[in-house]
Amino acid sequence: MTLDGAGRGEPRPHTPRIERTPRTQGFMRRMLPSPETGPPQPARLLTPLLPGVGAKVSTALFAAGVLVCPIFLDDPFWITVLANSGSFAVAALGLSLLTGFAGQVSLGHAAFITVGSYLVAFFGARLGWPLPAWLALSAVVGAIIGALVGPFALRFKGNYLVVVTLALIFVVTHVVRNWEGFTGGFDGVSTNKAPMALGSVDFANLELFGRQFSREQGLYYLSWILVGLGALLLRNLVRSRAGRAIQAVRDRDLAAETVGVNVARYKIAAFAISSALATVAGSVYAVGLRFVSPREPLAELFLSIRFVAIIIVGGMGTIYGAVVGALLLGPLPELVKQFVEYLSFSIPGLGRPLVSTLASENPLFSVSAFSEIVFGLLLVLFVVFWPQGISGMIRSLRGRARQLRRLGTRNGWARGTARRNATPGA
Amino acid sequence: MEKFFQLTVSGVALGGIYALVALGFVVVYKSSRAFNFAQGGFVTLGTFLVYQFTIDWGLNFWVSLLLGIVSMALVGMFLERVVMRQMVGKPAFAVVLVTLGLLLIIEQVVRAVWTAPGLILTVPWSGGNTTVGGVTFSHTDFWTMGATAALLVAFFLFFGFTRAGLGMRAAALDQEAAAAQGVSVGRAFSLSWAIAAAVAPVAGVMLTSRGGSALTANIGFIALAAFPAMILGGLDSTSGAVLGGVLVGLAEIYTQGYLDDVAWLGSNFEVVMPYVMMVLVLLWRPHGLLGTPQVERA
Repeated sequence: MTLDGAGRGEPRPHTPRIERTPRTQGFMRRMLPSPETGPPQPARLLTPLLPGVGAKVSTALFAAGVLVCPIFLDDPFWITVLANSGSFAVAALGLSLLTGFAGQVSLGHAAFITVGSYLVAFFGARLGWPLPAWLALSAVVGAIIGALVGPFALRFKGNYLVVVTLALIFVVTHVVRNWEGFTGGFDGVSTNKAPMALGSVDFANLELFGRQFSREQGLYYLSWILVGLGALLLRNLVRSRAGRAIQAVRDRDLAAETVGVNVARYKIAAFAISSALATVAGSVYAVGLRFVSPREPLAELFLSIRFVAIIIVGGMGTIYGAVVGALLLGPLPELVKQFVEYLSFSIPGLGRPLVSTLASENPLFSVSAFSEIVFGLLLVLFVVFWPQGISGMIRSLRGRARQLRRLGTRNGWARGTARRNATPGA
Repeated sequence: MEKFFQLTVSGVALGGIYALVALGFVVVYKSSRAFNFAQGGFVTLGTFLVYQFTIDWGLNFWVSLLLGIVSMALVGMFLERVVMRQMVGKPAFAVVLVTLGLLLIIEQVVRAVWTAPGLILTVPWSGGNTTVGGVTFSHTDFWTMGATAALLVAFFLFFGFTRAGLGMRAAALDQEAAAAQGVSVGRAFSLSWAIAAAVAPVAGVMLTSRGGSALTANIGFIALAAFPAMILGGLDSTSGAVLGGVLVGLAEIYTQGYLDDVAWLGSNFEVVMPYVMMVLVLLWRPHGLLGTPQVERA
């Protein structure tokens, strides 16, 4: 409803367009894809993991791409960048489930990354637990902490929940700094010795198709296998009964409750799964970094914002959006560092380079500061102009293509499409 | 007992600063339902601007403070007009995200512009102490409390008795009805952002003078403790912001003062304390101490 409409011609200058925002819902309205319409699919006892030809083909292509990528790309820099984006993608998948599908906002996602980092440092690197054990431990601990946060989400909504999840960052940072026996305190700990062997496959020293792969390449495979597993899990979760319930809770929790959805259970489950993914991602990421040390709470907040930026840029409410967003934004600081010579031009009138890795050149922005500014700008631009993100753009392009095709049919073009669309016997 | 007294004064003074920052949030929230994370960035930017005016350019401290307030008000109005006006009628989550993005940008720009480490912002009252009956109070605390009290009174007078203030309250209550009564809703939004940004340098200067005048960009992080204050008091209540601020300030200072007795909590637990307290209070009253509970329609 707008004030400036109602047939009174031009809107008055300086009067903002005012719309009534519904109080109880619409916290994320118009940032999510509209619900799928069409005839309901018959419920099957065992839904196939990848329904439809399109899903099978795109998954196969994606998997093949991931598999062959390190064979053509043996530059350790790019492999590390891709491995890190893999870890970011796993965590972003978690946030995508929580925010995009369950409608719960969290600024505490970075806290789980930290928890995962220290878990692998202690149990993997120090105690020498094997890869499956420390991965499973990360998932379980993450799920437990997430499930503990979940009940708060029952009590608080929207803006309140944002600040309550902020508390998680402070608590985790505090524990990290003070529990020195476990975390090494301010000095940090090494994750270098964490075992990376899964049975006879050692990701640290991988042999595949008669080729020898480096530790970075092994880590790349490990993180992208986790992305694949995470995406498969999520994709099938959101199509299941539980997934539908989770989305019903997001769209209107009171209505969901009236039709028999146990809101508490699904909100807590969403938090648990999302946190488990983030914690696992944190473990793998920390192994890649080889070292963990405590971050400032403000840095943790910025990291959390980065995850939010990832799912917004990728597009909320889709699975591949999180992966695309992580590929684009996850390795941004590394990319800025790599291509710093293109950004280190001197700013006219100031005599300082825009970005530089050398503090002695007195740059306007350090690499990390510059990337954070880019995150901030991207977040603002996407939310203002393209709130449905890249996946939303793709969706609208597809819709336009379909519309054009339909128009063509009406004009007598593209007979094939018309025949395919015609219902038999009609 | 003397220690307790001293801590109480210090806590109330710190709480006053939090209350000022929280008031900035509440003013924006009340008028436009925008949850403004950039407020922490305003505190950082405002303080560094005052530093620029008084130390770098050598202006009188009070003139610089005034200049800082005016320039921050302009920054607030600019951001409202250019960025936040786009967000009218958009979902609350989108508004939060935009302010988070602004926070990232402002914080990093401040760090980029004022790079020199160890900046000192001296204030006229720094360093002095007065001893009353064996209890030592720092002058900073008194100045802080005085300034906070004055600003709070100004706030209440403004919202209770001026045309602009009443207009803002009307706009917060019902934008359409307010517009129908001749209140310019756009101007109300703009004014609320100006006020929120204008109190930021005052709070920032107070925070800096408490911390021994050393100026760091981490001041925005200190202002993050104003979030629990605001939430604790209730998002849409100005008196709640004050109450929440004082409670958080006291809790923080008491924790700091008596931390030796509860050493198992770990060092620097006072940083976590506001959040712990916020969560506990919210579990009891989910809309804050003085906030309005929202009636939900299914």
